[in-house]
Amino acid sequence: MRRIFADLHLKPNLADMELAERMLRRAAYFGYRLVSVPLAPTLTLSQNKQLIEQLTALSKEVGLDFVSRLDVKPKTSNELLRILRRFRRSFEIIAVFCESKAVARQAAKDRRVDLLNFSSDPRKRFFDEAEAELASRGLAALEIDIESIIRLEGAARVKLLAALRKEAAIAKAFNVPVVVSSGASEELTMRRPLEAAALTMLFDMDRSLALDAISKVPAAIVKRNREKLSPEFISPGIRLIRRGKDC
Amino acid sequence: MKLRSRYLALKVDSPGRFSSREIMEALWSALLRLFGEYGASRTGLRLIDYDEMNHVAIVHVSHKEVETIRAAVASITQIESKPAAVHIIAVSGTIKALRTKLKANAKRISPNMQQ
Repeated sequence: MRRIFADLHLKPNLADMELAERMLRRAAYFGYRLVSVPLAPTLTLSQNKQLIEQLTALSKEVGLDFVSRLDVKPKTSNELLRILRRFRRSFEIIAVFCESKAVARQAAKDRRVDLLNFSSDPRKRFFDEAEAELASRGLAALEIDIESIIRLEGAARVKLLAALRKEAAIAKAFNVPVVVSSGASEELTMRRPLEAAALTMLFDMDRSLALDAISKVPAAIVKRNREKLSPEFISPGIRLIRRGKDC
Repeated sequence: MKLRSRYLALKVDSPGRFSSREIMEALWSALLRLFGEYGASRTGLRLIDYDEMNHVAIVHVSHKEVETIRAAVASITQIESKPAAVHIIAVSGTIKALRTKLKANAKRISPNMQQ
């Protein structure tokens, strides 16, 4: 069966909708079918809803399935919990950019978090064995943006690749799913699915795992969350089949 | 033993225009940065043809090193200090089959990908 490729982290400046449209067109041309553009919790729910509608319409026009995503950058665990309570039911994907160990730990164990994202600075990456252990019991996946790999040069890239190599090995050992996204903020930093997979060989990810990281894993996360957000969902494994008096 | 070959069609995506020499320099430089002289020497990379109008280069590589080239190509962000990206748009075992694939692909190139 043909893989459905996903790029869950396109980051155009949303003040420039033409750029967003060009990036979505390019994603479709590159062979992606599932895409997401992160929105911010600083916007109101109605502003976010309006942007989601616009992006969904643009995506539909070019044959893409748009996934609503919220990127949060909490300073403390309490702030993360507050944001999750407020926004979880409004977005299909919630990604947490972990800037501190406390936030990373809370995000890993919270089943409302879908993706854990870290800085490209290896000193600010907190995906170690303890984090993986928590994530393996929860539902969070490790997200790796390839833009940081292609943007950095020299010693900075060497250090990032060393950190990613360690993280990919830990994720595999603890069965934590990995999602590879572009993290692209402009058209020229977008890469085709097979190119994104090829870049993962730089940190020794297996080719089959790399292909899953741009197809099966993100698609499974989206499917799981869409089921949960559907009005028929009651709890995992239980859903409403029919309403009415004759049930 | 005869080594099997792969022919790759590379599309240069940039507002700038480049010569074949500049493109090959960018490719070699990316290869050397990521895989070193030993890794680069295993690829058997050489330019076969360059269509300056359409910004499409055809290169030859060893069949075992296609993924190495793919990673190197994906890491290119600049050519001659101008922003650029290079994409592999077709792979084939013979030049003839590659050109046939390119002709078929040309029909579905989106407007904003054309130079």
